[in-house]
Amino acid sequence: MTPDNSNEPNETEPLHRLLGLTDDEAGKIATILGREPNHLELAMYSVMWSEHCSYKSSRVHLKRLPTQAPHVLVGPGENAGVIDVGDGIAVALRIESHNHPSAIEPYQGAATGVGGILRDIFTMGARPICLADSLWFGSPESPRSRWICEGVVSGISGYGNAVGVPTIAGEVNFDEAYSGNPLVNVMCIGVLPKERLVLGQASGSGNLAVLLGQSTGRDGIGGVSVLASAPLEDGDESAQKRPSVQVGDPFEEKRLIEACLELLDAGVVVGIQDLGGAGLTCATSETASRGNVGMDVDISKVIVRQSGMEPFEIMISESQERMLAIIAPSSLGRLEEICNKWEVAFSVIGKVTLGDKLRILSGSDNDSPSFQANGPDHGYSSDHTTSSDQTSGFILAEVPASSLAQDAPIYMREMQAPVWFQARHFELGSRPPDVVDVGTELISLLANPSIRDKSWIYNQYDHQLFLNTVVGPGGDGTVLRLKAPGLPKSDKGLAVSVDGNSRWCSMNPRLGAKLIVAESVANLACCGAFPKALVNCLNFGNPEHPEVMWQLSETVDGIAEACTAMHLPVVGGNVSFYNESGGYDIPPTPVIGTLGVIEKLLYVPPTMALVDNCHIFLLGDYDSNVSGSRWAFDLHEYKGGSLTEINFARHSSVMELVISLVRQRMILSVHDISDGGMLVALTEMAIKGEVGFSISGINDPAELFSEGPSRVIVGASEQGAQSVIRMANDMAVPLRELGVSGGDRLAIRGLMNLSLASARDTWTGQQAPAQQAPAQPLATS
Amino acid sequence: MASLLSKGRVASPFVKPLAQGREGSPKLQIVVGIVVFPGSNCEHDVVESLGSLDAKAQLLWHSQADLQNSRAIVLPGGFAHGDYLRPGAIAKFSNIMNSVVEFARAGGPVLGICNGFQILTEVGLLPGALQKNRGLRFICEMSQVVVSTANSSASRQLAQGAQLSIPINHFEGNFTCSHDTLEQLQQEDRIVFRYLNNPNGSVDDIAGITNETRNVVGMMPHPERACDPMLGSSDGIQVLASLLEAAQ
Repeated sequence: MTPDNSNEPNETEPLHRLLGLTDDEAGKIATILGREPNHLELAMYSVMWSEHCSYKSSRVHLKRLPTQAPHVLVGPGENAGVIDVGDGIAVALRIESHNHPSAIEPYQGAATGVGGILRDIFTMGARPICLADSLWFGSPESPRSRWICEGVVSGISGYGNAVGVPTIAGEVNFDEAYSGNPLVNVMCIGVLPKERLVLGQASGSGNLAVLLGQSTGRDGIGGVSVLASAPLEDGDESAQKRPSVQVGDPFEEKRLIEACLELLDAGVVVGIQDLGGAGLTCATSETASRGNVGMDVDISKVIVRQSGMEPFEIMISESQERMLAIIAPSSLGRLEEICNKWEVAFSVIGKVTLGDKLRILSGSDNDSPSFQANGPDHGYSSDHTTSSDQTSGFILAEVPASSLAQDAPIYMREMQAPVWFQARHFELGSRPPDVVDVGTELISLLANPSIRDKSWIYNQYDHQLFLNTVVGPGGDGTVLRLKAPGLPKSDKGLAVSVDGNSRWCSMNPRLGAKLIVAESVANLACCGAFPKALVNCLNFGNPEHPEVMWQLSETVDGIAEACTAMHLPVVGGNVSFYNESGGYDIPPTPVIGTLGVIEKLLYVPPTMALVDNCHIFLLGDYDSNVSGSRWAFDLHEYKGGSLTEINFARHSSVMELVISLVRQRMILSVHDISDGGMLVALTEMAIKGEVGFSISGINDPAELFSEGPSRVIVGASEQGAQSVIRMANDMAVPLRELGVSGGDRLAIRGLMNLSLASARDTWTGQQAPAQQAPAQPLATS
Repeated sequence: MASLLSKGRVASPFVKPLAQGREGSPKLQIVVGIVVFPGSNCEHDVVESLGSLDAKAQLLWHSQADLQNSRAIVLPGGFAHGDYLRPGAIAKFSNIMNSVVEFARAGGPVLGICNGFQILTEVGLLPGALQKNRGLRFICEMSQVVVSTANSSASRQLAQGAQLSIPINHFEGNFTCSHDTLEQLQQEDRIVFRYLNNPNGSVDDIAGITNETRNVVGMMPHPERACDPMLGSSDGIQVLASLLEAAQ
């Protein structure tokens, strides 16, 4: 590979290839048009048919996800999923990745990821009430990974706080596998009175298309194609893609949110759509296509940030903070009033037409513009000084709108299970390492960057705005009141959880995906919430690698199986492929965002904080399988064996028990067993509650580190304990009393006796793990 | 700490009971004006918390000059004009600020919370400035503040020495001023709130100050976020109740 001129346009390379289209795809475009596309048209197809926009490699698989439920108002395919939560209130949710931009320009990459997901939500007429994120970085030992991590966190903080939407939940993972290609997945939830729901579609011939917000510049050209739909190269070459990263302005977004919500309240808008990936091309073709209409767009009316922009640049720019509104001509005055109030710029750039054609014009369209089929002035060549004035009155492009939005090729790419898949199961499966010293190993886990206290991150996010955050970040799930200006009154609460686990999925993507969905549901149950809807962000490597497609297919089946078993509809999702750098694919990393509803949120649900003088119970089955655990992977580099299979009947009964216990106020603390296993869960409870514990009856120390599913730890008072035992019996859930809370030691009879302070100091990072005194081998109880 | 807070705090023994007559006299409902700039984001939270105190709140758009007979003014938190240039630097040129300055000079009670505090220093109603936090990070967390004087429009229902749990949420909350100004603030008993564990590097642990006539108060902690035990604290009620009392 010769690095010197690989990014330079090449005289011998056909244009469609430079734009990321294959020869077959170029042929298909010519068939659709019945002629060769001109340069502008080719540019528009290249972004709309990119992997990022068209889901051409994943669509055949995503069809297998269950998306139906009586309370689903809008499923996948729109800007966001929307469910009916009762009391006249609908909730919109969506998750999206911004991985490659964040790898190249961490602050702006993450910031614009936040901006983009917010627009998807208020496009539906919903007021965004919270953000949540799932972040995956390389080891914090590496300066570059630290730079990316700090930049991403400040980007989320800088944009999210200023735009005025609280960031209330999330997870942060550190793993070598993400050092070249970090993951930044952002989820947003919005609320709206049910009747205000709007869809991103155009209708009514003669209606106007109005572009609102930020001016259109040269930022983000080819963001979805050259950046998001290709692997990351090493260092310098990726840095050359920096102009493909957009730049965000949260203040513009804040005004845009308020202006759009006011436009919707005033009934001015017929349809509205945000401009994200693929910019104006995507917004115009999708709204027209969804509404089965055509659209004429006059690019000379687009407010541009700099002079001399080429038509193709205007059509595919990914400049942030822009919306396309479809309005009746009679509403223009009212729109002007509202936009002026919020200091939001706008321009009428086109109108809805009969038929199905998306026509890009330059100059007024009322004097029968002539089409220039392949004029040299309307294309991609940068040496031309074409300005909109010179091409005045011409049709620059004319294509069926739906061909851009819906007719991208669909690929059933080759799939192949990796050779190690079976090997791991059988060759290594039988011999997991032994636990040497429980206390020392606990301390190592607490010092693990993925388990350690994350308050330094979430305390940089405003997580309290809107006075809804009843249980904030740092626990199993986050609990919010269901309240916003203009929303009907409600006693209900929302619970939110975002989860991923690449360890489980690298061992077995199908089972791993099932376990992640189960874990997400468990997090909601610990808040007393029933799960209502799920969104997923599927982060994978290069889809041209058969192993990657196999991982995706297995993951989709796993999610589908879990969702079917738990009657949970998938209402939206995002697929991020090409997470590959330096020739390595990331491990399969599906991230699951779940939304639950608490029927009556009248008191603060119990948190993971342990309360003094309580009985501590384990609900769920005995499990000493350490395969796939943090302990096995990170402490012992043991990646063999098989994950514990999940039994959904058992899972559901455990979760129903937990929800009942929370709702009936029978327990004072609750925490599900996940990353790090039972001992890390107990220790986190002790640290949060500032009280120790004394546990006995652990015969196999491996049980302390197993991450087997469907297990929850609860703490109950003397009186509550009787109810816990009775209800567990009634619901046929296995229950074991582990011990009691109290004192300032973390004690497990015969295995460990550690001071709470040393565990806490390691977990909060106030004390380097190397300075830990060795754990005392025996309890003295 | 989390467990204590989540169960709701009992009112501090230092806190005086609410002024007599407030509950029994709905006819005297105080109207509080809450100034909204493009980029403000805590205005509805202030409305909600004042609502729980039986006060009536009205939103005042920044470009208008009319305070609409408001008896007290709150400049809420957020990022007025995106905090571009410097927090509060552009907001001070909004039409409404002339009226707010006039209102304050006439003795009307004005409370600036967070971004509102920054605006009050920019417009010259309060001395000093708020620079970036020590550590150069945004901080959103519960803070413990001590009432340093009960002699201000935002602390008159509190007792000196009372300790309050009120969240902070800012990047530029590090109060600074000249040595002479600090001495003056101290000698004139104009430091209203001090942090117990200074989170941002503010000089003399200052979390809030008042003007010479004690009717204008700026504070970085958000009292409106501490008006409900379900959110972890209700200590902010006394701050807002003080403002209402000052408006009577």
